Amino acid sequence: MTGKDYRGRNDQVPGITPSQTVGPYFSMRLPWSDGPFVVAQDTPGAITIIGRLYDGAGNIIPDGLIETWQAGPDGSFAHPDDPRGATADGYDSFRGFGRCPTAPDGSYRIVTLKPGPLPTPDGSIEAPHLNVSVFARGLLDRVVTRMYFPDEHTANAADPVLCSIAEPARRSTLVAVPEPEGQLRFDIRLQGERETVFFDL
Amino acid sequence: MTADVTTSLTVPDTGKLVLPSYERPAGLHPPLDFEGYRSTALRHPKQPLVLLPHRLTEVTGPLLGDQLIADTDSDLTTQHAGEPQGQRIIVAGRVLDSDGRPVPDTLVEIWQTNAGGRYRHWREHHPAPLDPNFDGIGRAITDAGGRYRFITIQPGAYPWGNHPNAWRPAHIHFSLFGRAFTQRLVTQMYFPGDPLLPIDPIFNSVSDAKARQRMVAGFDIELTQPEWALGYHWDIVLRGRGATVFE
Repeated sequence: MTGKDYRGRNDQVPGITPSQTVGPYFSMRLPWSDGPFVVAQDTPGAITIIGRLYDGAGNIIPDGLIETWQAGPDGSFAHPDDPRGATADGYDSFRGFGRCPTAPDGSYRIVTLKPGPLPTPDGSIEAPHLNVSVFARGLLDRVVTRMYFPDEHTANAADPVLCSIAEPARRSTLVAVPEPEGQLRFDIRLQGERETVFFDL
Repeated sequence: MTADVTTSLTVPDTGKLVLPSYERPAGLHPPLDFEGYRSTALRHPKQPLVLLPHRLTEVTGPLLGDQLIADTDSDLTTQHAGEPQGQRIIVAGRVLDSDGRPVPDTLVEIWQTNAGGRYRHWREHHPAPLDPNFDGIGRAITDAGGRYRFITIQPGAYPWGNHPNAWRPAHIHFSLFGRAFTQRLVTQMYFPGDPLLPIDPIFNSVSDAKARQRMVAGFDIELTQPEWALGYHWDIVLRGRGATVFE
């Protein structure tokens, strides 16, 4: 599918609109006030993901935006295109979307539930993960990464995406680090030493 | 745990999971490393991007069209007691995918400067006046035909320090979700005939001239309201789904 003509295949089909940077002034409020809270903090099983966004000089990025998308704890998605169908609770039980602008110290936080593992078309199993988008001034397009869980050694070792990254040091940039207080740390480095793995989506 | 996954999460009828795959528009989007835009220097990954196949997490995405959106969310001129300064404009169009299908019930977010080229943001230092009656933030949900419509104020150009005498052409930022993680798009809408477009590094970071023009709205006399507001038409096209490709 790579390299299909994006200019449009006939007069009725316009080409894809190009990406442009969010710039430094993204201050969009979502229609709801709880962007970083995929679930409320006091939800049973809630986990807190914290991290900082860094540039290639090791400086924090205070004008970035982090978005996360993930399955629910049972591996289902609040989405009709999940061909496995709706969960017993319907599609509205868990909407796995989080959004958090980075603070003046470059930090962000997402409160959510740990997702379940996912089947794939070729029969392998994807380990629990969050898809993460990073937007910022200086990024002409978003960059996309994934966060995996440190307590899933066996599942991570079999994950087809992690397995596609040859170097262990690179692979480890996608696995969160447990913090003493039970939070998970997922720092994102756009460039430089320990640069996070980003994906061609 | 793994055994449960294979039995309970596979399609019951066939045992096979069949997913759509989204178009990969090679070379369309701007490069992450772009010399003309200084801030990309320390913010672009230097390692090659790793190919991510389109699986469940990629072909699904947040469906935000069910949120309560107030009428004033899409009319940026009525969010305060008084009317904002500047030229009133209507910006309307459709959200489509590259297969030509409209994208209904999807959230469209916009943000922009006021008429004087000033953002309402704590980090903004441009010495142009703030307008107490203008926040510059809007949102709308597309209808069944993928249509959206905003009423706002013509934004101004502003200086941005990227290079000597650098001015951004007037633009409106657009943020779109579509219906899949792969379709997420943040872009900018520009205005036709703007003399700053040929010398703006961000606009010209898109290498294909036709693709650049797709970021420029068209003046539309049909959309223009007599004695009231100028109309601009702008369609936004997200990545489409090809036929199902997985076996």
